[in-house]
Amino acid sequence: MSKIVAIPIPGGNKTVPVNTGLFINNEFVPSVDGQENITVVNPATEEILCEVSGASAKDIDIAVAAARKAFNTTWGKNVTGFERSKLLNKLADLMERDQQELAELESLDNGKPVRIARDFDIGDTIQCLRYYAGWADKIVGQTIEVDNKTKLAFTRHDPIGVCGQIIPWNYPIGMWGWKVGPALATGCTIVMKPSELTPLTALKLSELVKEAGFPPGVLNTVPSLGGVGGAALAAHPGVDKVAFTGSTITGRKIMEAAAKSNLKKVSLELGGKSPHIVFESADLEQAANWAALGILYNTGQDCTAGSRLFVQDSIYDKFMALLIEKTNQLTISHGFDENAQGGPVVSKTQYDRVWSFIESGKAEGAKVAVGGEKRTTKGFWVDPTIFVDVKPTMKIVREEIFGPVLSVAKFSTEEEAIEWANDTSYGLGAGLHSNDANQCMRVSSALEAGTVWINQYNLLNNNVPFGGKKQSGIGRELGSYALEEYTSVKAVHWNFGEKLSWPF
Amino acid sequence: MPSTFEYSFDTPSYKGKVALNTGLFIGGKFVDPVEGGTHDVINPTTGKLTTKISVATKPDIDTAVKAAQKAFNESWGLKVPGAQRGKLLMKLADLLEEHRSELAAIEALDNGKTWSWAYNVDVPGAFSCIRYYAGWADKNSGQVIETAETKFAYTRHEPIGVVGQIIPWNFPLLMLAWKLGPALATGNAIVLKPSEFTPLSALRVAELLNEAGFPPGVVNIVNGYGHTAGAAIAEHMDIDKVAFTGSTIVGRKIMEYAAKSNLKNVTLELGGKSPNIILDDADLDQAVAWAAHGVFWNHGQTCCAGTRIFVHEKIYDEFLERFTKKAQALKLGDPFAKETNQGPQVSKTQFDRIMGYIESGKQDGATVHLGGSPHGSEGYFISPTIFTNTKPNMKIVREEIFGPVGVVIKFSTEEEVIEQANDTHYGLAAAVFSKHIDRALKIAHKLNAGTCWVNCANTLDTQIPFGGYKQSGIGRELGEYALTNYTNVKAVHINLGMEI
Repeated sequence: MSKIVAIPIPGGNKTVPVNTGLFINNEFVPSVDGQENITVVNPATEEILCEVSGASAKDIDIAVAAARKAFNTTWGKNVTGFERSKLLNKLADLMERDQQELAELESLDNGKPVRIARDFDIGDTIQCLRYYAGWADKIVGQTIEVDNKTKLAFTRHDPIGVCGQIIPWNYPIGMWGWKVGPALATGCTIVMKPSELTPLTALKLSELVKEAGFPPGVLNTVPSLGGVGGAALAAHPGVDKVAFTGSTITGRKIMEAAAKSNLKKVSLELGGKSPHIVFESADLEQAANWAALGILYNTGQDCTAGSRLFVQDSIYDKFMALLIEKTNQLTISHGFDENAQGGPVVSKTQYDRVWSFIESGKAEGAKVAVGGEKRTTKGFWVDPTIFVDVKPTMKIVREEIFGPVLSVAKFSTEEEAIEWANDTSYGLGAGLHSNDANQCMRVSSALEAGTVWINQYNLLNNNVPFGGKKQSGIGRELGSYALEEYTSVKAVHWNFGEKLSWPF
Repeated sequence: MPSTFEYSFDTPSYKGKVALNTGLFIGGKFVDPVEGGTHDVINPTTGKLTTKISVATKPDIDTAVKAAQKAFNESWGLKVPGAQRGKLLMKLADLLEEHRSELAAIEALDNGKTWSWAYNVDVPGAFSCIRYYAGWADKNSGQVIETAETKFAYTRHEPIGVVGQIIPWNFPLLMLAWKLGPALATGNAIVLKPSEFTPLSALRVAELLNEAGFPPGVVNIVNGYGHTAGAAIAEHMDIDKVAFTGSTIVGRKIMEYAAKSNLKNVTLELGGKSPNIILDDADLDQAVAWAAHGVFWNHGQTCCAGTRIFVHEKIYDEFLERFTKKAQALKLGDPFAKETNQGPQVSKTQFDRIMGYIESGKQDGATVHLGGSPHGSEGYFISPTIFTNTKPNMKIVREEIFGPVGVVIKFSTEEEVIEQANDTHYGLAAAVFSKHIDRALKIAHKLNAGTCWVNCANTLDTQIPFGGYKQSGIGRELGEYALTNYTNVKAVHINLGMEI
């Protein structure tokens, strides 16, 4: 049947068992038509960790059928909010129990430091599941006054149904939680396609889903190539809604497939080229810390990475000196190094892509202030790189790089900064640093982004919504807003007295 | 040092040992009252002494308020994020669930309700309620409100501060949960007075609060008498809100004290004389079963009990016959015996009061169709009692009896029964039985009651609000609605460019 592999954990004699089959109906099964396996690589060493089953379109059919059956019989409206709450809380408890082990797997698969995976990625995800557990028994509709005599009008907030969820490789567990929480809380069932680059923790979490007591078919996990599994879910007539986090290019394809198939509901969390503005009144030391975090956290592999830095001319030299100093203080190393604050980029493809942007920056005449040189050791390393003297037309300024590569430009007026910041088809995040309250209000109102940080960057909270304007996405995750993405509103008009005379 | 009450249960329903501290729980510790008073806790099944507990007077309330204020300012309120408050509440719920059998036993010993009802309804109702409000703790959001470009306006939903809570004896643990849940979720610190008739389960919960990890002073549990400790809470100048569940008579006093002291915010859950309307097209067997549950559950000691049962003349005889059989089938006895359905009334005072109403019914000329007398020679048992042939102005029809006494009244038209049903100062609950939903809804929408049951009675859910119209109360408990009782709304207006 399906194979359990023992993944060795560096630094000891420990291994973590991972079942590499497809998780459908609470069982791990092989692909029905023997698809090519997916090779999982450790980005710090370039070594192969293992192979996992890749789902085919036929496997997706089976998973969708399982999710539909569960929705009609043991989940959906057949289970109370109370019960859904209980199971989500149990799942959170199990993640907490296995926090260290999950962090080690995540680090081996994605490259991020174990410490950060454990305390932040997984710590936040446990809170996220608990947050949505709390919503499960609080999904309410409205009663609406029409007239007092004959009609009772009310809305029901029904679960949408079977949801295809396609998640990326930058925060595998984090993105899993953001999707699973609201979908299960509202009563939807899930066919989850984790990224083919980072499938291990999604498979491990599937075991916890079963252990927590979710009925078979409620959550199914089908690692596969995007062009296979992702395309199949987006086009599937049996899927009522698809939620995708990833690149804008792929997001377009998802929406197209949804439109051409059954007009399924679509929510998208896509790319960004988020502006980060430092005004002269800012606390420069703090602003430099946040700016560094904004581009270097998760080795820049963050959809909201503050990748375009705009610094007011009056404080430019002082600020840049601080920023460069802080950038040089960061330790980029393999995940099991206790001192590491960042790891490699996730794959060869990403490595080649990021380096090609860096080369283009040099070729187009931007000046390298920090980094820009490859390492010679094994592993997909990209060290922090800062370009200055950039022009708005350069590729490194217009396109999303998804690595620790920052472009810096100088500005004079607030109007200029806002104009340049908004000059992008993206609209995911934005940050500004200023001690002038009116300026903070003006600029945050003017910035075209779904999340604006004032005197901060990158830090999100489970109860505050997150999502993109413009081509950065459709819909919102987190907070109570995410519930709407998984809810279908039915209005009921109940006549208890109006007789229709005929002809009318 | 306050004494510990130890008790060994050796019953068909529960075997186990219990140890409770009988002191005042203030600032995370059990302490003696300043003026050193005790109260005899009587076992209503036997009429004998269970134990003595400490009772608080004004100086103790002052100490408790100071402890609550300190906690609110330093280790609670908005200093603790909602998610953390939620986590502590979840832990408390888990502990209540862990000790489910034990808490049911304490409740049955103290209140007289059967261990089975306590185990199956009271205790799970309590921990489910706490879990529900744990989920609200990080979701009490304010609003951002668009007015003009020159103003940024938003509301903050802040905790009120130190709140006083006074709970009754009919569902001691459940009423404790209904109060603690929303108040703690929203970040308030609490001074809570259980009923002196049923203090034991609250004293056990005090220990669990420490075990769950609530900072000292966040919840203070101070037993005492209404006219001393209760009054001290209602008129305290540093308590910013009082929530009371109990009789309408005492509710008036609470509101008066609040008005005369610091105009503290008041919510009240008071009495009822709830109508239960059985139409001629009701599913008769179901209506009979629900009506019996509506009036006899918890020995009639339920604020929303359907104590005035209106039956359509077409089905009156048939209903009365079946309803009487249901009442006769109730077995009275030891709350710990597995076959017992109904235990004693909670106290001698209540026993006398109910018997007084029964006597007045007889004197006013109503027919005692069933019961009408005490049961057994020990404890405070009263037989399920049904009166018929009443007149609307009789005391047994107008006043809340709070015992296993129902009044069955014949009616002919819908207009007549709606008028009679609404002819009361109370407005807590009402029920309508009919197989035609539209008929039932039309009537339900005309009844002046905070809860209208259609084809059911006496069934509540943590997510659905509960509270009274008219003199049955002010405010709503349960559901999201309860959060407003413990929230202060602050509107912030930020000027972005208006010059004056």
